[in-house]
Amino acid sequence: MLQNFIAPDLTPALPEIFLLSMACAILLLSAFTHRTRLIAALIGPLTQLTLVGCAVLTYLTMDTQTVLTFSNMFVDDLLGDFLKLILMVAVTTVLVYSRDYLAVRNLEKPEFYLLVLFATLGMMVMISASHLITVYLGLELLSLSLYALVAIDRDSSRATEAAMKYFILGALASGLLLYGMSMIYGATGTLEIGGIAQAIDNHAANSGLMIFGLVFLVAGIGFKLGAVPFHMWIPDVYQGAPTPMTLLIGSAPKLAAFAMTLRLLVYGLFDLAGHWQAMFMIMAVLSIALGNLAAIAQTNLKRMLGYSTISHMGFLLLALMSGVVGDDKHFALNAYSVAMYYVVAYVMMSLGSFGMILLLSRAGHEAENLDDFKGLNKRSPWFAAMMMIFMLSMAGIPFFVGFFAKFSVLLAAVDAGYLSLVIFAVIFSLIGAFYYLRVIKLMYFDPPIDTAPIEARLDMRVLLSANGIGVALFGLFPNMLMALCTATLIHSM
Amino acid sequence: MELKTILFYLFSAILLFAALRVITARNPVHAVLYLVFTFFNTAALWLLLGAEFLAIALIMVYVGAVMVLFLFVVMMLDINIDRLRQGFWSYLPFGATIGLLMVAEMALVLSSEYFSTASFPDHPISASVSNTKELGRLIFTDYVYPFELASVILLVAIIAAVMLTLRHRTDTKHLDPSKQIAVKASDRLRIVQMSVEKPVTDCAPKEVLT
Repeated sequence: MLQNFIAPDLTPALPEIFLLSMACAILLLSAFTHRTRLIAALIGPLTQLTLVGCAVLTYLTMDTQTVLTFSNMFVDDLLGDFLKLILMVAVTTVLVYSRDYLAVRNLEKPEFYLLVLFATLGMMVMISASHLITVYLGLELLSLSLYALVAIDRDSSRATEAAMKYFILGALASGLLLYGMSMIYGATGTLEIGGIAQAIDNHAANSGLMIFGLVFLVAGIGFKLGAVPFHMWIPDVYQGAPTPMTLLIGSAPKLAAFAMTLRLLVYGLFDLAGHWQAMFMIMAVLSIALGNLAAIAQTNLKRMLGYSTISHMGFLLLALMSGVVGDDKHFALNAYSVAMYYVVAYVMMSLGSFGMILLLSRAGHEAENLDDFKGLNKRSPWFAAMMMIFMLSMAGIPFFVGFFAKFSVLLAAVDAGYLSLVIFAVIFSLIGAFYYLRVIKLMYFDPPIDTAPIEARLDMRVLLSANGIGVALFGLFPNMLMALCTATLIHSM
Repeated sequence: MELKTILFYLFSAILLFAALRVITARNPVHAVLYLVFTFFNTAALWLLLGAEFLAIALIMVYVGAVMVLFLFVVMMLDINIDRLRQGFWSYLPFGATIGLLMVAEMALVLSSEYFSTASFPDHPISASVSNTKELGRLIFTDYVYPFELASVILLVAIIAAVMLTLRHRTDTKHLDPSKQIAVKASDRLRIVQMSVEKPVTDCAPKEVLT
C-alpha cells in the first residue's frame, strides 16, 4: 500500500523543524528549572539562540527557486524566506526588550519563552502556507499562543479581561475565515492555493459562491490585521495585555497576517481582485479615519498606539488595493512591494515605540501613560531623541522610514487612479500627526513628573538605540529596502 | 426489499424514537441513556454506509467518554425537572418557528446545486479497502504536515492550560513518595549528647529542716 509513497523533501522546512525540535527540548529542560538556578537561567538565552539558529538556517537555504513540499502544502520561496528573516529579528528584539520587565514582575517563566517559540512557529507556517489547511493551522497555532501569553499575568484582572476579549473575538474571526475557506472549497473543489487560482482561471469555479466565501475570508483577514470594522479588540488588548505581549502582538504577527493576505488573495484569488479591492477600499477609508480620530482622545500610550496601528493597517490596505486597475495587472508588483515595505517599516517603528514604554517601566511602575513621558529630555536626552524618531516616523514626517512607507503607498494609489482617496489619507495623516507630536511636546517642553533614573540593561539600550538609528537610516536610504522587497516579489510571483 | 434496507429502516426508526425520548423523558438520567442509545443507532447507520471508522469513533468518543462524563454530571446535579418544564407552552411558538426556519434553511441548502453531491467527483473505495486503514495512510503520508501541526497546537493548549491553572500551594499536606523512600534513620531520630544529671542533694529547702 505504501509502495507508491514518496517521502516529502524536508530541506525546505528545515528552519521550522529546527524551531520545533528546539522548542520541545526547551520544554523538557523547563521541567527541571526548580532543581537548579542554572537551568532556569539557561532557558532565555537558549530561546534567543534558537531564533538566531533559525534565522541562519533560513538564510543558508534561501534561493530564488520556489519549492513545494509536503504534498504541495508547504511553499518555500524568496518571499517566505525574506519575511521569516525579518520575523526572527523582530521576535529576538521582543525578547531582549521584555526580559527586564518580566523578570521584575516574576513573569519570566519558561512558559513565556515556549509560547513565544510556538507563536513564532505558527507565524512561519502561515508565511509558508500554500494550502488552506496550513494557513488555518498556522493561524490557530499563533493565536492560541498569543491568547495564553496575554493571560500570563493571571492575577491581573485587566490582563485576564483582555485575554478573554481577544480569545472570543479571535475565535469568531477564525470561524469566519474557516467558513469562507469552506465556501471556496465548495466552489473550486480544492484546498490548494495554486489549485484554487487554476480553477478560477479555467472558469471551473462557481463565481457566486466564490464571492460569498471571499467576503468571509476578507472579514477574517481584516480581524487579524485589525482594520475597521474588525478592530474592536485592538485598543482593549493593547492596553490590557502586559506591555511585552503588546509589543509581540503589535509587531511580528503583522508580518504573518500580511503573508496570509498575500497568499490567500494574491496567490489564490487574484482573478477576483476587483471584488476584494472594493472591500479593502471601504476598510482602508474607515481604518484611516477612525484610527487617527480616536487616537487623539487617548491618554494611555498603549491604547493610543493601538489606534495608530488601526490607521497604519488602513494604509497597508490602501497599498494592497492598488494592485489591479480594471484588468490592468502591471501595477501589481509595485503595489505589493510597497505594501511589504510598509509592513516592514511598521514593524520597526512598532518595536521601537513599545520598546520605549518597556525602557521607562520598572518594578511597580508602568510607564504607559502620556504623563510618564513628560520631560524625558531632562532625564535622558538620548532616549528622548529615540522616541522622537519613532514618533516622527510614525507620523510620516520626511526622512524617517515611515515617511517613505506612506509616501510610496500614496504614490501607488495615485498610479492606480485613487486620487480622492489619497487626498483623504493625507488629510487624516495630518490630523494624526497631532497625537504623535504631542508626545514630542511632552518630552521636550514639560517638566518631568517621574524623576527616577532609567534602569535598563546594556543590551536593551544598545538594541533600542540601533532600532531608532535604523528607522532613521532606512528613512535616509529607503531604496535599499525597497529594492529588496521588489526583488523578493519578482522571484516569488 | 433487501436486508440492508430493512436494517436501515429499523435503525432509523429506533433512532428517531430514542431521539424523541431524549427530550420527553422525565428523568434526566433516562434522557442521557436515550442519548447513548441514539448514538449507538447512528453508529449502526454509519456501519451500513460502510464508514466503519466513523462508527467506531462515535462509539468510543461519544458513548465511551463524553456521555459517561455527562451521565456523572447529570447524576451529581440536583435538577428539578418540573421547574424546567414550566412555561413549555409559552415558549413553544418561538421554538417551533426557529425549528421550522432551520428545517427550511437546511432544505434550501441541500436542494441547491452548489451543495449537491453531483458537483463533486466521488472517490469510489472498493469494499476490500478498510477506511480506517485508508485514513491512517492519508494522515501519515499526504497529510502528515497538518497532522503534526495539529499535534503542536494540542501541545500549546496543554502548556497554556497548565500555565494558567497550576498554582503551587504551600498549605497542602501532600506527601512526596521519593522523599519518603529516600529517608534515613538520621533524618527521623536525633541522638543528643547530654551530660548526666547531677544527683539532687542540695536542692531541699534548708529552712524547712531547721
